[in-house]
Amino acid sequence: MKKFLYTLIFIFLLSILFTGVAFAQEPLPSDDEVNAVASQLYCPVCESTPLDVCPTEACRQWRDLIRQQLADGMTEDQIKQYFVDNYGARVLAEPPKQGYFWLAYLLPPVLILAGAIMLFRSFKVWTKPQAASTGLDEEKSDPSKDEYVARFEEEIKKRN
Amino acid sequence: MIAEFGYGIALVSFLVAVYSIFAAVYGATKKSASMVESARRAMLLTFPLISLAAGALIYLLVTNQFNVAFVYEVTSRSMPTYLKVTAWWGGQAGSLLFWSWLLAAFTSAVTLRKWDRDIEFLPWVIVVCSVTLVFFLGMVIFYENPFTRFWLVNGSVEPHMFAPLNATIFTPDDGNGLNPLLRHPGMVIHPPMLYLGFVSYVIPYAFAMAALITGRTDDRWIRLTRRWSLWAWLFLSFGLVLGGRWAYDVLGWGGYWGWDPVEIAAFMPWLTGTAFLHSVMIQEKRGMLKHWNMILVILTYALVIFGTFLTRSGVLSSVHAFANSPIGPLFMGFVSTTLVASIALVIYRWPTLRSETEMKSMLSREALFLLNNLLFMSILVVCFWGVIFPLISELFTGQKVTVGPPFYERATAPLFSALLFLSAVAPLSAWGHSTIQTLGRAIWKSAAAAAVVTITLFFTYTNKIGALIGFFLIALILFVTFQEFWRGTRARQQAQGENFLTALSRLMGRNRRRYGGYIIHISMALMAIGILGIELFQTSTQGALAKDETLTISGYTLQYKELASWEDRGEGVNYTRAVVDIFKDGEYIGELNPRIDYYFDSQQNMTIPGNRSTLKDDLYVLLVDWQPVSAVGATFKVYVNPLVNWLWIGSLVFLVGIVFAAWPDRDPAEEPARRSVTQRANQTSAADD
Amino acid sequence: MTETTDPKRGVSLWVQVVIWVFVVALLLLVAVTLKKRQQGTVQPGDTIPDFTLPLFSGYEYQGQSEVKLSDFRGKVVVLNFWASWCKPCEQEAAELQEAWEFYESNGDVVFVGADYVDTEPEARAYLKKFGITFFNGPDMGTKISQTFRIQGVPETYFIDQEGTLYYIKIGPFISVDEIKSIIDQQLQ
Repeated sequence: MKKFLYTLIFIFLLSILFTGVAFAQEPLPSDDEVNAVASQLYCPVCESTPLDVCPTEACRQWRDLIRQQLADGMTEDQIKQYFVDNYGARVLAEPPKQGYFWLAYLLPPVLILAGAIMLFRSFKVWTKPQAASTGLDEEKSDPSKDEYVARFEEEIKKRN
Repeated sequence: MIAEFGYGIALVSFLVAVYSIFAAVYGATKKSASMVESARRAMLLTFPLISLAAGALIYLLVTNQFNVAFVYEVTSRSMPTYLKVTAWWGGQAGSLLFWSWLLAAFTSAVTLRKWDRDIEFLPWVIVVCSVTLVFFLGMVIFYENPFTRFWLVNGSVEPHMFAPLNATIFTPDDGNGLNPLLRHPGMVIHPPMLYLGFVSYVIPYAFAMAALITGRTDDRWIRLTRRWSLWAWLFLSFGLVLGGRWAYDVLGWGGYWGWDPVEIAAFMPWLTGTAFLHSVMIQEKRGMLKHWNMILVILTYALVIFGTFLTRSGVLSSVHAFANSPIGPLFMGFVSTTLVASIALVIYRWPTLRSETEMKSMLSREALFLLNNLLFMSILVVCFWGVIFPLISELFTGQKVTVGPPFYERATAPLFSALLFLSAVAPLSAWGHSTIQTLGRAIWKSAAAAAVVTITLFFTYTNKIGALIGFFLIALILFVTFQEFWRGTRARQQAQGENFLTALSRLMGRNRRRYGGYIIHISMALMAIGILGIELFQTSTQGALAKDETLTISGYTLQYKELASWEDRGEGVNYTRAVVDIFKDGEYIGELNPRIDYYFDSQQNMTIPGNRSTLKDDLYVLLVDWQPVSAVGATFKVYVNPLVNWLWIGSLVFLVGIVFAAWPDRDPAEEPARRSVTQRANQTSAADD
Repeated sequence: MTETTDPKRGVSLWVQVVIWVFVVALLLLVAVTLKKRQQGTVQPGDTIPDFTLPLFSGYEYQGQSEVKLSDFRGKVVVLNFWASWCKPCEQEAAELQEAWEFYESNGDVVFVGADYVDTEPEARAYLKKFGITFFNGPDMGTKISQTFRIQGVPETYFIDQEGTLYYIKIGPFISVDEIKSIIDQQLQ
């Protein structure tokens, strides 16, 4: 927390120092650069709307801050980390891949795999008793070639 | 007066519905046909009654009765009349009444059919529908009453249904007005479409429950509800597509689908509903999967109710969600009761739901349908987990998290691709039996053609591997499906001597579900083109422009010409509209007018994009900001969304396909229950996707 | 999806157990979340758990760069949630500062501002604009606002000398007197 505060103060001092000095030479980061970062963030004020398109005042401020941070030379990851520290993990578009949050990523594949295994085991059991077929064997038809002709002839016979 | 009338009628219909539950249960258990008939008539009475109540509400809305709290919340004087009518479902209380009204209409329709052979289902179908109706009407009457009025009690304004002591009625001058987001024509029909889809899934569920309760668990309930589930699926799908279109046109974030929890809540029943459409065919053709179909119907209904609950109780927060509402606990109780009762019934009847035949080949059509079901369930697992995980995280760690688009896109992209592949292969496999050889022989021409298309695209359009895989699969579906049409038609031509068009139309007419399903496959492939385009090739840029300055993106050049701002007091809107000239490769191709509409009554901005849509790409321009004083500078955000138009084209084809498949030709109940083997083979049925 | 077993048999017991455990867990999860959503903010009479608020530089408390609620035991704490993007907050900013200046010298009342979902440059500009001098800091990770389950900004929580909440103000104060009267009822 302490360390973070120092960073904050440092950034703040930097921004004061460089306002008007550095910016006169280097142009501010463009909207596109800002949006590239902002599109990966969600502000708690307008939930489920990415920051780059959220129209509220709070989000506009966030974008300005990102612009400032980019101008200060912070990397994308540093900026995201700054927002997580300040506003919590929910600013990220998905849970951070750490600790307990891994559960979010691991559970669906495990369940899907379990479902697949169950299905294939069922397949095996179903396909095994070949002998016990129930008179539907005639249906065993080659679907590619003559099936249609046969089918329609059959149908015509029936209908006429 | 009208408000009391409306409330009174709603109360009466509530009581009538309660009566029909008891009469139906009594009639079924005591084998009293007259009691069941009485229950049926009571059920039929609810529809005209709720229509009256709804009429009263619409009258209040249209005539600006702002002393009614609901009218005050959702309308204002400046709104045109048609919007005042549609404001009926623009707020929680009204939309619950709308739900009830639709449910009563559907239940009436279903109880009016000929029941002779299925009379034992009737009382239980009435019970399930009436319980649902009683629940929704109960919420209207006890918690979210649209007829509540404002009363002046001791100097303060309070909402009450009936006049408190010493109170006088209080009438505000004007109402809040409908949320501007809901004033778009797409939004006028998007919610009712979704509700229609939701409500119509109650009917298959009611039949499934009736089958479980009576123990008559053969295919009968499936045959009876086949068409219902198709129509339900139509409304739900169409509602989702309309929602996407609305988001694209009005929400102003350059996309149509944001993986918002509320969107997902509506998407989840669609997933199980689609899986059901496929697996139900296996039961019809092969007598298999009876358990699974039962589970799918229950799951669909549960997801409809659960999704409605999540979004209306304030458990999920989102742009779409209704504000915190008192209906939460009651809804929770209903969700729990239906879920527990359904599961208990399935477990109780499990032994009677047994399969008749076995699976013979892992490549048979039924096996591929099962794979299809596995994929839909997998997508459901991802979606469900994505919606639920933030709740778990908040509860156990106190940390709120967002589960957003990257999570869903990464997890579902391979699943959707596999589904595309399946819908290319499955139509070529036969019921009962297929081998690698038969499949290979059927598919190789289409696969070769699709490969040619993909290679061409590689040299001319993109070298992204994901996109190429996607385009290959899309091309494969299209070729396979057209080949199916072609082969069937040729076969008929040879056998019948018909000309090509007659052969095609008779072929399709005799196998509506099959060929309707193929049309739907084609539409899915077209929609996939649009989705691939926007997901993989979207580009955007943003810039502040002074007058006559330009912004360039993907071959387009935008030139900012002017900006005007004016008020329309009558409509209660302030419009700010920019004029932007568009050039492509240096050539003038037209102007676009992105707008920001500010609604005074609700103090809300709407960002309306200027959009130039072609088959190749959409140029989508948003007005982000402008300098208010001089109007010389403005900030624009510009998206180029390649191929997205195919999404909407696909949606229209989809509509054609499903109407074709679901259009009533003859009463399914009239069909003979048992068929000969040849007939069964003839009926190789549609694979809907 | 399993139709593998002997058709005569029912659902095996352990599958039933798994299903019911899952269903009950899901329903419990949703029910608890629902209850949380419906209970609104913390209520008067609730003991407020200790929290730590880092402070903006220039707004430190006795030279410390962060404060704990427990540091203020024995004092009435006026905890104000605000944000620079919040228009209604501006209506009460001057009143809060005036009230603070009124109580500052006595030392038995502290005013603390928790800046909700805000950016530091804008927050500082806001504090400067309204000449605010009482302790202020960012609600890091929105932890404090989650503790209080705030519904929006501005909201002000009055905590008594023992750390128990005794009054909540939702929305902006109308006057300095309103603030004073709430504090005074606890001071005598």
